[in-house]
Amino acid sequence: MDLILDGIVEAFRLLVTGDPEVADITLLSLKISGSATVISTLIGVSAGTAVALLRFPGKGFVISAINTGMGLPPVVVGLFVTIFIWRSGPLGMLGLLYTPAAMVLAQTVIAVPIITGITLSAIQRLPGKLRLQILALGATRRQMVWTLMKEARLPLLTAVMAGFGGVISEIGASMMVGGNIKGYTRVLTTATVMETGKGNFALAIALGIILLALAFTVNYILTTVQQRNRT
Amino acid sequence: MNRFMKMFSLVLMATCFAGMSPGGGRGDIIFATTTSTQDTGLLDVLIPVFEKKTGYRVKTIAVGSGQAMAMGERGEADVLLVHSKEAEEKFVKQGFGVNRRIVMHNDFVILGPKADPAKIRGLASAARAFRNIASAKTLFISRGDRSGTHVMELKLWKKAGLNPEREKWYQQTGLGMGQSIAVANEKLGYLLCDRATFLSFQRKIDLALLAEGDSILLNVYHVIEVNPKKFPKINAAGGRAFADFWVAPETQEMIREFGIKKFGAVLFYPDAVK
Repeated sequence: MDLILDGIVEAFRLLVTGDPEVADITLLSLKISGSATVISTLIGVSAGTAVALLRFPGKGFVISAINTGMGLPPVVVGLFVTIFIWRSGPLGMLGLLYTPAAMVLAQTVIAVPIITGITLSAIQRLPGKLRLQILALGATRRQMVWTLMKEARLPLLTAVMAGFGGVISEIGASMMVGGNIKGYTRVLTTATVMETGKGNFALAIALGIILLALAFTVNYILTTVQQRNRT
Repeated sequence: MNRFMKMFSLVLMATCFAGMSPGGGRGDIIFATTTSTQDTGLLDVLIPVFEKKTGYRVKTIAVGSGQAMAMGERGEADVLLVHSKEAEEKFVKQGFGVNRRIVMHNDFVILGPKADPAKIRGLASAARAFRNIASAKTLFISRGDRSGTHVMELKLWKKAGLNPEREKWYQQTGLGMGQSIAVANEKLGYLLCDRATFLSFQRKIDLALLAEGDSILLNVYHVIEVNPKKFPKINAAGGRAFADFWVAPETQEMIREFGIKKFGAVLFYPDAVK
């Protein structure tokens, strides 16, 4: 019990004094997971909308694959990304392993199916006649898709939040492809594991609390945006 | 709606560009090493000194010695600091590594619950201690990860003439040294541990140092450069510079002082300068 208290006290001390190392780690977590979420949103929302609206053979198979992908184990993603980008791998010449870019890549692979899946169900849940109605009002195809997306913006923001939540809290892939390098690829989750390994439990708890606070802040901002624009 | 879209895309753009911090240049050294050097905090002291002096950036990957050498065998690391004698010799013999140099040593110790149900306290023979643990069937926590410590542990079981792999009282964590100590501490089991990690955990655990001093328990760390002839893509110059750094007199002095400053005892005895 005293350990948890120590952790909370330590977290506040780190936050209040603005410990530069912890600040860097926190900022890096936000940058990496933020970038991965942005890229995944672009890919996932487009892909999800496309799959929802288009008719093609094997659609059921594709949807099942996407839904399975929503539960991709991060360590498996980490392993495959590692094998692809290490020096002797197919993308070895890019020199990506143990860089923040590799972490963005791995986290994108994790978040894309989540965002695609939620987008897919959001668009599919819109009344089918809405589409006909928009087209009947003289909208082009592009305008129709845009209007549908706007209609579904609440669940779409949920998709973004789920994607972000999935990657900011993820550890297996970040550890594998980032390597937990001090001042370079050390993020809140990998630092927490390392401090636990060092036996610095109070610091580990403090990092955990900061991670929760960060996730909460980002979600709070997104939720505020989501709820304010309810029509 | 428009304002929302604008604000949203602005936030997105900002995070997107912010995420692309400067990428890795040629000055990166991939350094594969053991968890004990990281868990004690030694690397946090030494690496910044090297980086400041040379301008290289060291990417430390702290894993077990076995995994570190597996990375070397694929040319995925530039330089290694490991402690697993037979495996190291094999690694160099097979042509994966060159220029293996001694850096420092300490020793392994056997930790266990203070009550010592297996009665190993003060035993001079590590194999004897292991035999006692086995016949008492008291919980033993193994790293189980092919690390230098795990390899040493297997060597001791072999010397004791036992194979506990399938026994109920023998549990493998698959974790690093620090976390394995935490497991043993929680379950009050015995375990083999390097002295440096033990000293840095001493104040936080209920386990006691029960057996030490057997000459077989010597724990020697070597630095090995990955062979650039075998793997032309590696950063050979960087690996050489970092290996040279470990055996340089000033570094060796820092290694000696490291433990004294932080824990009041020497954690690693420097060996490169005679």
